[in-house]
Amino acid sequence: MSEVSGERSGVGRDQGGQASTVPKTSALGMKIEDLSAYYGSFKAVTNVSLEIQPNRVTALIGPSGCGKSTFIRCLNRMHEVIPTAYAEGCVKLGDQDIYAKDTDPVTIRRRIGMVFQKPNPFSKSIYENVAWGARINGYKGDMDELVERSLKRAALWDEVKDKLKKSGLDLSGGQQQRLVIARTLAVEPEVILMDEPASALDPVSTQKIEDTMQELKERYTVVIVTHNMQQAARISDYTGFFYIENMGDPGRLWEFDETTKIFSSPSRKETEDYVTGRFG
Amino acid sequence: MAVNAERSANSELWQRDSRARHFRERAIKIVLAACAYASVLTTFGIVFVLIFETINFFREVSILDFLTSTKWTASFANPSFGIIVLASGTILTTLIAIAVALPVGLLAAIYLSEYASPRLRRWLKPALEILAGVPTIVYGYFALTFVTPLLQNAIPSLPIFNVLSAGLVMGVMIIPTIASVSEDAIYAVPRSLREGAYALGATRRETATRIVVPAALSGIVAATILGISRAVGETMIVAVAAGNLAQLCLSPSQSCQTMTAFIVQVASGDTPTGSLTYSTIFAVGSTLFLMTLVLNIVSYMFVRRFRETY
Repeated sequence: MSEVSGERSGVGRDQGGQASTVPKTSALGMKIEDLSAYYGSFKAVTNVSLEIQPNRVTALIGPSGCGKSTFIRCLNRMHEVIPTAYAEGCVKLGDQDIYAKDTDPVTIRRRIGMVFQKPNPFSKSIYENVAWGARINGYKGDMDELVERSLKRAALWDEVKDKLKKSGLDLSGGQQQRLVIARTLAVEPEVILMDEPASALDPVSTQKIEDTMQELKERYTVVIVTHNMQQAARISDYTGFFYIENMGDPGRLWEFDETTKIFSSPSRKETEDYVTGRFG
Repeated sequence: MAVNAERSANSELWQRDSRARHFRERAIKIVLAACAYASVLTTFGIVFVLIFETINFFREVSILDFLTSTKWTASFANPSFGIIVLASGTILTTLIAIAVALPVGLLAAIYLSEYASPRLRRWLKPALEILAGVPTIVYGYFALTFVTPLLQNAIPSLPIFNVLSAGLVMGVMIIPTIASVSEDAIYAVPRSLREGAYALGATRRETATRIVVPAALSGIVAATILGISRAVGETMIVAVAAGNLAQLCLSPSQSCQTMTAFIVQVASGDTPTGSLTYSTIFAVGSTLFLMTLVLNIVSYMFVRRFRETY
């Protein structure tokens, strides 16, 4: 992790034969130690420790209600937006503890973006949807260029370049989700969290989102919650399996390893049962 | 088999009177329909009377004079009927009221929906709505005996009966309407939209004012128009506090008469049925009715045009 500490620079590093004007930067990884999440007195997730590798896709799988979504929302302090919800433990972005007392969650959420299960574009134009986040964060550069670049990275540019003034809500579900991804990319985060981003989409749109993710990890660290094991196997480098042993217990990270290992020779029986489709 | 035998053996226990049942079903349907039609017929009746008496009025007064004259001297020997005079009173009081109620009501709605804790919201919102239940005559005397003296301290030249005081208190009266209806609209904006903004590093204020409020705009406009309608139709506050002086109303610091206040004044006196003065109140009433109708139609179109669906 030493080579990726500190702020990411906008200065491009050459990549293969590509033009050097294309910025290519390494993202930061994350380190989670002993994280527990609560809703009031109810403990939803307990004692999760895990390291998220930079510029890799980490998938979180597991049966419904085992705390995957709660956990991923703790990674950018979105969990506490819900009244009475809070988290305990340590989450580091690079070397910075995002739960430290002097850390402002607002600045954290800019650096750790999030894409939700249901596409949630704003009731603004396509252009404004992408530009809004950058604008509130005080982006002073060329906004047109930023919007175009973000939409291109989200693989949406070709479909919307002629109707940027149209409402984001007029797009199809799959396009809306890619618009939300573009919006997230426009504030130049380190990490992108995705909470079942394709579960409300048709197979073709899902395919496009998955293709996008493969490109995203060149610049960002990606964490994705998914119910779809094939999806996890296809797109991720690392996989974490969340599991609840007994009803009413908080969710735990049952096993974490490279994706190939989790899907070929997991070390725990429950993981194997789940990935082979014996339950869940 | 044993179960079936038992069932048929007891069949004489099941004797529902199907004729009486049928009669009751029909009767209840007729009662319900009668209630529904009663209110519709009443509305038609009112509109019919309004139109009928208004036609009587315009037999004697030309529409041109009604619309263009700048004098309203209905009870004089040589009367002039310039509706602009009364309309100016109505419009000015309404403008003052909205200038008070829209910012306060909208900010209160944003606070209730976006900032107040659920527990605080649970009692604050009903408390606000109680304000809407205060009888308007109370507001009227509140304006006359409390607000006006207060204003006179600041503006010594202010007459006892003035538009400013009536308009301000009217604004207070419609704050709950605007706050409550806007709050419903703001609260109904899906949480996913707020989370989308937070996830981009937006603060609570940025999320509230730049994402949530625009998304609730159609409901806020509807709330505002509802508030305007209430202000236009409001009677007691202006009748008590604004002065009932039928003069063209150009400044908040003067006395004047609104359309509603004129109707009260005439209707509470001993005006003979069928006289010109009598039909005047119907002409004014029709104008008032048209104004609120137009407002309602505009509101309806606006809400349809700008409704966001998620």
